[in-house]
Amino acid sequence: MDAFIIVLHAGVATGTVLLFATIGEIFSERAGVLNLGVEGMMLIGAMSAFSVTVATGNGFLGLAVAMLVAGLLSLAHAVVTISFQADQIVSGLALTFLGVGLSLVFGEGLSKAGAISLLPKYTIPLLSQIPFLGPMLFTNHSVMVYVGYLFTPTAWYYINRTRPGLHLRAIGEYPAAADVVGIPVYALRYFYVFVGGMLAGLAGATISLAISPGWFSELTTGGQGWIAIGLVIFAQWDPVRAALGSYAFGALRRSILDLQGPATLFGFRNPFFYNPYYGFWLQMVPFAFTIIVLIIGSRESLRKRLGAPAALGLPYIRGEGGL
Amino acid sequence: MSETSLSRPRVGFQLKVEPRLDVPRWLPLVVNIGAIVASLLIGAIILEIIGGNAWAAYRHIALNAFGSVGVLSDTMVKAIPLMMVGLALTVAFRMKLWNIGAEGQFFLGGFGASLVVLGGIVPETAPRWFMLTVMAIVGILCGAIWGFVPGILKARLRVNEIITTLMMNYIAISFNNYFIFAVWSEGGFQMSRTFERSAWLPRLADYASQVPMLRGLTTHAGLIIALLAAVVVWWILYRSRWGYEIKLIGDNPRAAQYSGINIVRNTVLVMMLSGGLAGLAGMSEVAGVVHRLQGNISPGYGFTGIIIAWLARLNPWLVIIVSILFGGLILAGREIQPAGVPRLIQGIILFAIIASEVLLRYRVRLVRPAKA
Repeated sequence: MDAFIIVLHAGVATGTVLLFATIGEIFSERAGVLNLGVEGMMLIGAMSAFSVTVATGNGFLGLAVAMLVAGLLSLAHAVVTISFQADQIVSGLALTFLGVGLSLVFGEGLSKAGAISLLPKYTIPLLSQIPFLGPMLFTNHSVMVYVGYLFTPTAWYYINRTRPGLHLRAIGEYPAAADVVGIPVYALRYFYVFVGGMLAGLAGATISLAISPGWFSELTTGGQGWIAIGLVIFAQWDPVRAALGSYAFGALRRSILDLQGPATLFGFRNPFFYNPYYGFWLQMVPFAFTIIVLIIGSRESLRKRLGAPAALGLPYIRGEGGL
Repeated sequence: MSETSLSRPRVGFQLKVEPRLDVPRWLPLVVNIGAIVASLLIGAIILEIIGGNAWAAYRHIALNAFGSVGVLSDTMVKAIPLMMVGLALTVAFRMKLWNIGAEGQFFLGGFGASLVVLGGIVPETAPRWFMLTVMAIVGILCGAIWGFVPGILKARLRVNEIITTLMMNYIAISFNNYFIFAVWSEGGFQMSRTFERSAWLPRLADYASQVPMLRGLTTHAGLIIALLAAVVVWWILYRSRWGYEIKLIGDNPRAAQYSGINIVRNTVLVMMLSGGLAGLAGMSEVAGVVHRLQGNISPGYGFTGIIIAWLARLNPWLVIIVSILFGGLILAGREIQPAGVPRLIQGIILFAIIASEVLLRYRVRLVRPAKA
């Protein structure tokens, strides 16, 4: 039981990374802009957060810079897709290349820095006393994990219950109608792409400062940005489902790591311990699982006739009617 | 963008943006070259910011990629897989099928070719032409299978192929690693043993005894395979009924459906063709360059292929030319520090290309506004 709680505890921490990235992408896609550059934005966030923290010793400054840098990078995508009406898929791929390239160039030599200053960890009084949930969710977690707890309902409330959230949904579903009633479609799309970029940067910073501190070039994110984009589809553009999916994925990633540790597993010889090469098959699991999750999400949205924001992926061209 | 969205009163002049009615033939070429020049400038600025010497870096790339017959031959070696991957993606992108999984399909092609040799499917005493043919077929098949999975998921269940092809990349690399580390590892090293000569694609240098000029030239017969592949892709896209269907689905899926084109079948077939061509690239790399299966057979060919296909505007002949340029960038960029520079330049180029496409759709003019 204890080992179970330890795995879930670590899973929640790992999942926090995906949570920020996935909800960030939800903001962007709800506004009608598909941004495939999450991996690149996360990586540049991780790199700038870590390098600023190494230089200044202030983790929160690192977080802020990471969000700003990733947000600014995402504006390249915004200019090209919103103003120049370029294909959002190709532009997103270009953003990934750009983000990865910039991170590798500016992060050169950074891996030698080791892990210096981390973000603080807290145990919440009272809440940590709850049996089972307390030690799992509220004990000795990085501050970012708690930020994630608060952020998820806030994002849900913002999108579904506030006026700006209504505008956000409007520009993603029917920008022409939104334009007619005076909602600034172009400006808001820029804004939400920027928000998505900042959150991807926050996700990257969460990795390099809190979850697995340090800079390991491309391996820092290791494809999590792409998993986040997959999770958006599974989450059907809903932050709460995104959070649940992220934590489930985090637990999966962690249990794969932890599965290779012990020599015995449930009283049996652990094959992954005695033959470490079987670990390569374990490494495939999160990615195979993403595909399965996508299949589930696609079937469900077909059945319920739910789906992507109607104008997702389409540039809005004023005066050309249409979506 | 409306006609006046970018116009703003200037002193005497006004910037006017208006939709283009016809695109002059020379314009795409000029815009593309302009975009590349602009991206090299931006790359230079970034290099200078981080304290590098941009001029020296570019000079190094140019000299070490195209400066002599020897390096040109090495550039071609890098260009061969890029050509095949670029062609693979050209076919898929023509149908607006976003195969981002060429990297994984490439690895599977390398695996398939190695399986023929190391798995003993064909004995290594077999004649070279037979061995290489079987290697190519199995390599293509393995790549096609890797393309089939996302294809069928997209066609039947409408699962987003961008994510599935990407996930298949990671799965392919772990799959290959298992065989490299655990099954075919030679003496604990992370690579298989070297193949017998019968599984090597012939190189120019092999004919140095007859033609002394060819001594040391590494360009291998994969170049011929790549050029043949370009002919096949050109024929499919421009001369066959299938190519017409592919292009119609890409341009207007609804019209394609109404005219009775089977989109489900085409989605699966095009993904398999695309995966097969990327797999062929993997086979050619294993049989033509490394002659064994190892982990680092690709410096991201599958991803660079995306840029190449786009830069070539999905034209098979241009794919060949652009691949040679990028082959040079990859070859000479290896020695450039920091290591991310070639990747960075590729990203900037792709951005500049798609951003510059706005110039093909709109005309920007300076006009003197009429007095109101």
